Amino acid sequence: MIGNQLIDEYARNITDEKQQSVINGSAAGTEKRYQVLHKDYPDPDAIRKLAASIKDHTLHHLGEYLATAEQALVSRGVNVHFASTDEDARQTILSILRGHGVTQLTKSKSMAAEEIHLNPFLIENGVECLESDLGEFIIQLDNDEPSHIVKPIIHKNRREIAETFQREGIAADYNDDPETITRRARVYLREKYMQAQAGITGGNFVCADTGRVALVTNEGNSRFGMAPVGVHIALIGIEKIIPQEKDLAVFLNLLGRSATGQQLTVYTEFINGPKSANQPDGPEHMHVVFMDNGRTDVLASNCKEILRCIRCGACQNVCPVYRQASGHAYRSTYGGPVGAVLSPILFGSRFPELADLPKASSLCGACNEVCPVDIPIPDLLLRLRDKAHREHIHSPAAIPMSPFATLATSPSLWRTAMTMSKAMNHLPIQVAPIKPLQDWLGQRTLPDSHGGDFRKWYKGRKKG
Amino acid sequence: MANPIARPLNKRVLLMGTCLCDAFYDDTAKATVEVLEHLGLTVEFPDNQTCCGQPAFNSGDWTASRKVARHTASVFAGELPVIVPSGSCAAMNFHGNLLQFEENPDPAITSLAKRTWEVMDFIYNGLGIKTWPGKFGKPTRLAFHRSCHARGTGTGEAVRTLLASIENAEVVPFGEAEQCCGFGGTFSVTFPHISGKMGTLKLDRILDIQPDLLVGIDMSCLMHLSGLAQTQGRPVKHLHAIQVLRDTLP
Repeated sequence: MIGNQLIDEYARNITDEKQQSVINGSAAGTEKRYQVLHKDYPDPDAIRKLAASIKDHTLHHLGEYLATAEQALVSRGVNVHFASTDEDARQTILSILRGHGVTQLTKSKSMAAEEIHLNPFLIENGVECLESDLGEFIIQLDNDEPSHIVKPIIHKNRREIAETFQREGIAADYNDDPETITRRARVYLREKYMQAQAGITGGNFVCADTGRVALVTNEGNSRFGMAPVGVHIALIGIEKIIPQEKDLAVFLNLLGRSATGQQLTVYTEFINGPKSANQPDGPEHMHVVFMDNGRTDVLASNCKEILRCIRCGACQNVCPVYRQASGHAYRSTYGGPVGAVLSPILFGSRFPELADLPKASSLCGACNEVCPVDIPIPDLLLRLRDKAHREHIHSPAAIPMSPFATLATSPSLWRTAMTMSKAMNHLPIQVAPIKPLQDWLGQRTLPDSHGGDFRKWYKGRKKG
Repeated sequence: MANPIARPLNKRVLLMGTCLCDAFYDDTAKATVEVLEHLGLTVEFPDNQTCCGQPAFNSGDWTASRKVARHTASVFAGELPVIVPSGSCAAMNFHGNLLQFEENPDPAITSLAKRTWEVMDFIYNGLGIKTWPGKFGKPTRLAFHRSCHARGTGTGEAVRTLLASIENAEVVPFGEAEQCCGFGGTFSVTFPHISGKMGTLKLDRILDIQPDLLVGIDMSCLMHLSGLAQTQGRPVKHLHAIQVLRDTLP
């Protein structure tokens, strides 16, 4: 469907229960995130701009840094793979798993894996693949889709989760106490960790100088997933490279604070390669799959700043559109402001179908204000609107702007129109057969026209 | 969003009245003239002005919006400061225009960007007026909606400080203050349901504090919020901050 406004339909039809979950879940922590950031960084803009410039520099030299990172990883005994498309990434991972005879694995949370729909693919190919992040585990049980980058089940409440656990046999009875839910998941998952032969993770940062992979979680599930297995596969977008280990100080400090208002996430792993001879545990084999999947197209576009994104979800939490429509309204892996920019261009062929997303914003700028890497999201949305217009992708409710431009560049015509607009005060415009006008006036009143009154007043007093 | 370039000051200023004041809110434009004159400035209103071009710009029709922006830049040509009683139209001049002309910069557009002030920012940061000698007849609770286009500019602090300095005024904070009113111009027409829900959430938080008066710096936000409030049967008294400055003068 070209030039639709599906996101508005989602907002119209969302259930009250889901709506409340998203509105409350996103607002929770906004104040805390602000305070934690400002407490340690009196001028947060300075560190946000530093982070942005490190990312921009890396993206500008991405080819070189990827080569350096590859070399460093290989020297530590890591197998490095490059996947240019989602299909390449899926096949690469499947062939690694088959090479090691893996039939059962656990997977920690990874947006890159969501992006390529890795789970269903592996399951279809006979690999038992279990999500170990609590939220993603619940999503998997419900056959649902995550709707937030760091809180995948923001759209659910604990009653729904308790029902799922009972239905799926994770628990014998219904209990919606959050601590009980967590304990039950833990008991179930612990056994699965021990049965798994491989662990799949994403990667938050890869340091080009040493090849070290930094991975953050709040549940320790990625650590559990790696401890008992022989094979670790990290699927990582090529934009996750940072030049040096010391840059982690900037990014880890910003990531926890922006995502959840924590100074640091509860678990932060620095993965140095496969298990060494003197280490008691850990995977003997480590594979890093660097995935492009549209990223070089984004890098070549006029929205390349979106590749700075460190997936903290802060923009989603403050976005008034996301909060009303929910992440699912964005119809792709990435919802909210980051998704409104990234999804239409990352999955380039879907641009016409997703062209409503960049338009579904009042350009309020709340996203840019909280972004730890200072992505000018409203500017990028505007550039994508310009792109849509140049490519003739129009919304059905779009207001034609060339008559407006004619009027606004003809001062005498403009003044006449202003004076004449007063006539509207006496017309029942709410019954005019113009659908967008009716929709608008259905919820709002319009003030009376005072067209041209200011000009008249200004001229009158000049004469007097 | 902030204008990064120092803006000149002058005793003579040009008023960009905005299309909303031209069509609906003449008293806001009048109050702008009256307050600036009270402060000893001469205010000129170039008669050929129309609109900043934001509706076309936000719709993605940059061919149309560049045309309107060039017209506006020519109407306000010269050296004088351009004062706007709207954070949104001001931001169009000093931010949006630079974005749509980034590939082919136009000196007239750049000049307009450097000279444009949102009026409350101008009074507080430009003229250096930090307190307002106004008075309400009785204790008055004010809810101040800092519109989104004032993010990163001096406007928010300017309005909060000036309003708070008025005798009998109390600026009462309300929840989720960073949230948008849901207007966004053509956004509210193209996405009426998201927009309406955004506005309702905003209204809920504003009405939580039971203000005597809702104060804004963009008549567009106030039009949206008051239009929703009216339809929902909970009307709210609203004024532009510049009207409050004028109305509270002795």
